[in-house]
Amino acid sequence: MMEGKVPSEQHILSAFDRDLEAVQALIMKMGGLVEAAIIDAATSLEMRDEELAERVRKEDRQIDELEELVNEEAARVIALRAPTASDLRVLLSVLKISTNLERIGDYAKNLAKRTSVLVQMAPVGDSGGALRRMAKAVAEMLKDALDSYATRDAELAMDVRIRDRDVDQMYNALFREFLTHMMEDPRNITACMHLHFIAKNLERMGDHVTSIAEQVIYVVTGHLPEESRPKGDRTSLVTDGEEDE
Amino acid sequence: MEDLRLTERLVGTDEVKIQARGVNVYYGESHAIKDVDVDILDKTVTAFIGPSGCGKSTFLRCLNRMNDTIDNCRVTGSIRLDGQDIYDRSVDPVQLRAQVGMVFQKPNPFPKSIYDNVAYGPRIHGLARSKADLDEIVEKSLRRAALWNEAKDRLDQPGTGLSGGQQQRLCIARAIATSPEVLLMDEPCSALDPIATAQVEELIDELRANFSVVIVTHSMQQAARVSQRTAFFHLGNLVEYGETGQVFTNPRDPRTESYITGRIG
Repeated sequence: MMEGKVPSEQHILSAFDRDLEAVQALIMKMGGLVEAAIIDAATSLEMRDEELAERVRKEDRQIDELEELVNEEAARVIALRAPTASDLRVLLSVLKISTNLERIGDYAKNLAKRTSVLVQMAPVGDSGGALRRMAKAVAEMLKDALDSYATRDAELAMDVRIRDRDVDQMYNALFREFLTHMMEDPRNITACMHLHFIAKNLERMGDHVTSIAEQVIYVVTGHLPEESRPKGDRTSLVTDGEEDE
Repeated sequence: MEDLRLTERLVGTDEVKIQARGVNVYYGESHAIKDVDVDILDKTVTAFIGPSGCGKSTFLRCLNRMNDTIDNCRVTGSIRLDGQDIYDRSVDPVQLRAQVGMVFQKPNPFPKSIYDNVAYGPRIHGLARSKADLDEIVEKSLRRAALWNEAKDRLDQPGTGLSGGQQQRLCIARAIATSPEVLLMDEPCSALDPIATAQVEELIDELRANFSVVIVTHSMQQAARVSQRTAFFHLGNLVEYGETGQVFTNPRDPRTESYITGRIG
């Protein structure tokens, strides 16, 4: 390095930059598809739109294929370019983020599958709207997580991580609501079981988005956040017929 | 919907520039290259890798008949450049070497000015009709070799006064001044530091827009970084030849795997 010269952001071998950008572009593309899948799946549930649900199920394939492509390309860049330091972190993050995105895509697909069953049954309360609000919160977290990845904004990633608590709380509320419906009328049980799994899956999506946000922090700072994850899901403590507050 | 693969890894053409069939090379009694078939593509960087003494340099030197200068060396088989047999009687090796340029391990500029180093080839091959013509060739070659900005104010100074990395880029400028179609490079970076190496590698990547480049290297990482095709030589045999990404992530031959993972030398 020449004296007094600020280290450049670019590699001397410019093909390396193009490779890194290309793999990250695949992640962004995958992220966009997953975001749309979350929103569409939740809309299909609220609107009882079987066609839309079917489309979400079909399009999950694209997400899976992209994950495979990302893994292949990342392996290739690691093998050919022997990345170090921040370059290595980027490639490791790419592998993890693609796994998280693929899982979120699967949950969205599962939501769409359950929608196809639920439209055959009478609606239970206003849960469709509540689930859609939850899905919207998760999709927004995902959008911000991806933005923070693209702009290397650790603060935004930190914010995403904190917002997972809201999603957890929405899940808590829905858990109680479904419990109540089931106790009121056993004929609701089938629908409520499906709805509960949907809520749980949305809550899990939030966890995966949190992982993505943590990867952003890792890429930017070189280490994962130290403090433990904010947790809001307390349903594991719920006992029979008793509120747990 | 199409997903873009890492584009620079892809080869823009499948046009064969050099076709070698059944090539054998003997140094006296010793059989250095054993029955090698290979198609080298145009506008592509092809890397030859393998342990010392595996024949990669020997094979490279067959491609512009540099082995002719070695007394007890005998080459059989056919090597065709654009379909023309380069070992045919009618081929003038000097003319051939203008078409198939070469850059060596150690930068070896002539003890002349920077300008004359680059102008030497075009002069002896009569490629410039006037001084202005020659000036243009020199500037264009130095620009292509990414040396123009550093050298333009000192063209009359000796080429040997440049730094090692600059000297190597000068040698590349000299090699491309005769407008070759193929550029052979024998360990072009082994005498350079990492920064100069990266600069030469970047240059190689740019050169492949116009030339077919064949590079011999001991550094597997260098082969991985700059080439689109990799050929692995072992004990005079061409063991494996394929797309570089495939060779480095999923080699077909166990010997290639052992070599690139550092299990055999």
